[in-house]
Amino acid sequence: MSVRDWVESDLGVPGTVLPVVRAPAAVLSQPAPYVDPQAPETVRLAADLVATMRVSPGCVGLAACQVGVAAHVFAVDVTGHPKARTVHGTFVLCNARVEEATRKEKGREGCMSVPDLTGDVKRATRLVVSGQLPGSGDHVTVETDAFEARALQHEIDHCDGYLFLDRVSGAHAVYPRQTYL
Amino acid sequence: MSLIAVTVIGPDRPGIIAEATGGLAALGLNLEDSTMTLLRGHFAMMLICSGDRAPAEVEQALASLTADGLQVSAREVPPDDGVGESGRVPYVLTVHGGDRPGIVSALTRVVADAGGNITDLATRLTDELYVLIAEVDLPAAADEDDVAARLRSVARDLGVDVMLRPQETDIL
Repeated sequence: MSVRDWVESDLGVPGTVLPVVRAPAAVLSQPAPYVDPQAPETVRLAADLVATMRVSPGCVGLAACQVGVAAHVFAVDVTGHPKARTVHGTFVLCNARVEEATRKEKGREGCMSVPDLTGDVKRATRLVVSGQLPGSGDHVTVETDAFEARALQHEIDHCDGYLFLDRVSGAHAVYPRQTYL
Repeated sequence: MSLIAVTVIGPDRPGIIAEATGGLAALGLNLEDSTMTLLRGHFAMMLICSGDRAPAEVEQALASLTADGLQVSAREVPPDDGVGESGRVPYVLTVHGGDRPGIVSALTRVVADAGGNITDLATRLTDELYVLIAEVDLPAAADEDDVAARLRSVARDLGVDVMLRPQETDIL
């Protein structure tokens, strides 16, 4: 199965919107343990991540640690983002890892868990990621680029206990987040 | 020709930079390196300018800013000898975690003890999150893994996260 064909209704459970945890919460700083993608709690977590991502304005990805759960799971959806090229729609990956990463470019990132800052981070713009789908446990490979590649690297970093702050390019590469009324 | 270090700090408002640099230009001073930013809402300017003027003349030229509640200082500084230490390797040091006194001093002490020189450092406090990003030149002979391990050990005691990684420079 391809992640492009995956839809959240495959999970078969409704998601609950969960509160988002902010740094310096300890759960954001620890590598998350791998999960059983078929376990009921993983399926519920996947549905919760999608539900929480959906109600958060501008949110293109959410990792389990961001809702306070130490688990190697994240949701991504960059649909409609102006910087996206390849788009796989909504999907959740368990136990994901980067297989190939090339052509790094700098871009400005923000994060719901660091709501007051943004930062310039170099990320690969060509990316191959492998992981498992929640529910079926199918092993999948995602080959993507541009903004979806950035989002995947940001979320996998969360699962490994890193924030974008750990990857900013220099002393003047962190900015107060602009807020508009 | 002398070099003068000028600092201006105080409550922010529009026009401070225009007035300060206008005063320096009127004295015929040439701006060299500068940094101007906001620190928790306070305007802060540090710059080096060159020209044949005494520091007292500079402070006099910026008296309108002083009258407006800004602190202005001008001091002569020796010229840079242009001899940087060679054989150094640039790194980026990132620290983030809960705010508490002593984070910067404890971690920069590790860098100093390793013979490292910090060339730029900025910190931000937002709510409870404290963030430090520093650019660090380590001696070529320094053991990166050993420095990183010592930083992690100190960071653990402080309850913060630390990352030391080589600075990526793309020279085109």
